[in-house]
Amino acid sequence: MSDDIVLETRGLTKHYGGVHALNDANFTLKKGEHVAIMGDNGAGKSTFVRQITGVEQRTRGDIFFYGEPVSFGGPLDAREAGIETVFQTLALADDLDVPDNLFLGREKTKFDWLGPFRLLDYKAMRKATIDGLEKTAVKIPNIRNTIRNMSGGQRQCVAIARTATFHSRLTIMDEPTAALGVQETAQVENIVRTLKEAGEPLILVSHNMRQVFDLVDRIVVFRRGRICANLRKEDTDGQDVVAYITGAKTQEGYEDAA
Amino acid sequence: MADATQGTGGLTFDARKRAWPNELNIFFALILIIFAFEAAGQLLPYMKGQSFLFDTRDRFDSIFNEARLRIIILQVAIIGIIALGVTQVIISGGIDLSSGPLVGATAMIVMSFAQTELVNGGPNPKAVFGDWAFDLPLIIPLIVGLSFGAFIGAINGSLIAYTRIPPFIATLGMFLICRGIAQAWTRGQPVSFPTESYSLIGKGMMPVYLFIALAILFHFILKYTVYGKHTYAIGSNEDAARMSGINVKRHKVLVYMIASMLAAFAAIVLSSKNLTAQSGMGIFYELYAIAMAVIGGVSLTGGRGSIIGTVLGAMVFGVIQSGFTYIKLDAFYQLMAMGGIIIGAVVLDKVRQERAAMRS
Ligand SMILES: Nc1ncnc2c1ncn2[C@@H]1O[C@H](COP(=O)(O)OP(=O)(O)OP(=O)(O)O)[C@@H](O)[C@H]1O
Ligand SMILES: [Mg+2]
Repeated sequence: MSDDIVLETRGLTKHYGGVHALNDANFTLKKGEHVAIMGDNGAGKSTFVRQITGVEQRTRGDIFFYGEPVSFGGPLDAREAGIETVFQTLALADDLDVPDNLFLGREKTKFDWLGPFRLLDYKAMRKATIDGLEKTAVKIPNIRNTIRNMSGGQRQCVAIARTATFHSRLTIMDEPTAALGVQETAQVENIVRTLKEAGEPLILVSHNMRQVFDLVDRIVVFRRGRICANLRKEDTDGQDVVAYITGAKTQEGYEDAA
Repeated sequence: MADATQGTGGLTFDARKRAWPNELNIFFALILIIFAFEAAGQLLPYMKGQSFLFDTRDRFDSIFNEARLRIIILQVAIIGIIALGVTQVIISGGIDLSSGPLVGATAMIVMSFAQTELVNGGPNPKAVFGDWAFDLPLIIPLIVGLSFGAFIGAINGSLIAYTRIPPFIATLGMFLICRGIAQAWTRGQPVSFPTESYSLIGKGMMPVYLFIALAILFHFILKYTVYGKHTYAIGSNEDAARMSGINVKRHKVLVYMIASMLAAFAAIVLSSKNLTAQSGMGIFYELYAIAMAVIGGVSLTGGRGSIIGTVLGAMVFGVIQSGFTYIKLDAFYQLMAMGGIIIGAVVLDKVRQERAAMRS
């Protein structure tokens, strides 16, 4: 295996009882590369993300992260390995405010010898939150507001700011702009470009053809739980991709997806 | 930040912008209820113009009816200690029905380790164990009681976290088990005559001081520690908490353990105050503790509530109970009225939530 591969999956499979949500996914991501995952609703995109990030345990298959075989027992393991994820469900705690959510599960603390009762360093977290929001140009009127009282777009911004605030070895975004307005979408796309410039690799799940062609180097198409195409941006166009998504075309080497 | 449409422009987080705290509403409700009983005292013909909380005799040292105040806060304090734990359980999205019987079981067990040898010059007539168990240092019954609480809480928490039994069912089972333990311990015989040191824990106003100290401690813990933050996060959105890397299962076990240890501590205080333990101790306490939390604004759907709220809820509970006695309402009507108030508090919480949902 070459050194410049960030993530590789071999035969990654997930069955939910009788539902074969993901079958034999072979996927690679190189250093600094931005890859889009496209496919119809229910094609298995989020399922793929959940297996990589340890949210669920795969039925079978192998995952290699920077060349090492990995088996994340939970999302915390994946995060500690350096994978930051914006989940499609956002994974925010509605009754907490913005800094609480940004730092949920990795709070800045004092008196760590107190174990679970160690003290929260609210001041440091608020400051880091403001810095992070400024860095990502995310607008939120009042960070002490609970997430419950925010608009769908603002929630999404919080979730994205959460991944962008922390340095990562791999960023995964599952439909990050699904509920966003024009301006906010542009902001998220800017965050993605910043990652590209910094050489941080990214997997972007998206239904937005324009966005995908604007942002990424490569497009991987999922269909009914299988990867059915792996396309370099230069070699394809919107119509072509749609043909793969709908099943009108299947790429050579992926015939079993048909 | 030159561009006003970019960045966090005008970002603020000062306290003034925060919403009206729910605790203030409960505080006003408390005042209102006191005045309602006060008014009832003046208006009801058979009350002969007695005052509820104020002193009607012409004394100069105080304007309050201290005897009644003392009864109210003493009544509230012991169940209030349980409510502190129940609050945490409910905030985490669960419920604990086992605390009342746990009080009974713990009291029986603890008192057996706190007995004194000589009673009025003769041997202790209620001795449970042999000679070795007489006049043990205070620390022994304390450790036994708190360990028993931690043990029961660990079972509750593990059942709920690892086998995914609904908290209602798991703790309902534990409710019966604990009452069974309480009755089996001495086949229903009361356990009495504690040591001098043990009898000090619940003496006089001690239960109130202990309640206040624990309330302050847990207020601090819930607000300023990782444990507190994760408790709210889990009750708010368990999946999000898990995806954020919180060890939800382990945390739940810890929450139930703390709740049961608080209930066990309440049992120690109660048995010390009464100088005896009976298997029937703590009847209805689990419901009263839940009621205090709910009246205090702790949301049964999890994620919201506070210790300050619960302390105020406990006060409301105590005032209402004592007010009913004061206006000479029969005990069975008191029960019915209490039930109505608890349902009312939950309905109020629902209404508040729906209104909040409409706003967002
Ligand atoms: N926990 C589960 N139990 C059973 N079936 C599931 C579960 N999670 C997902 N599925 C099924 O697996 C399939 C793939 O779902 P997945 O969420 O990966 O789709 P997706 O490609 O992300 O779609 P979308 O574009 O709508 O987000 C769907 O048919 C879905 O119903
Ligand atoms: Mg999806």
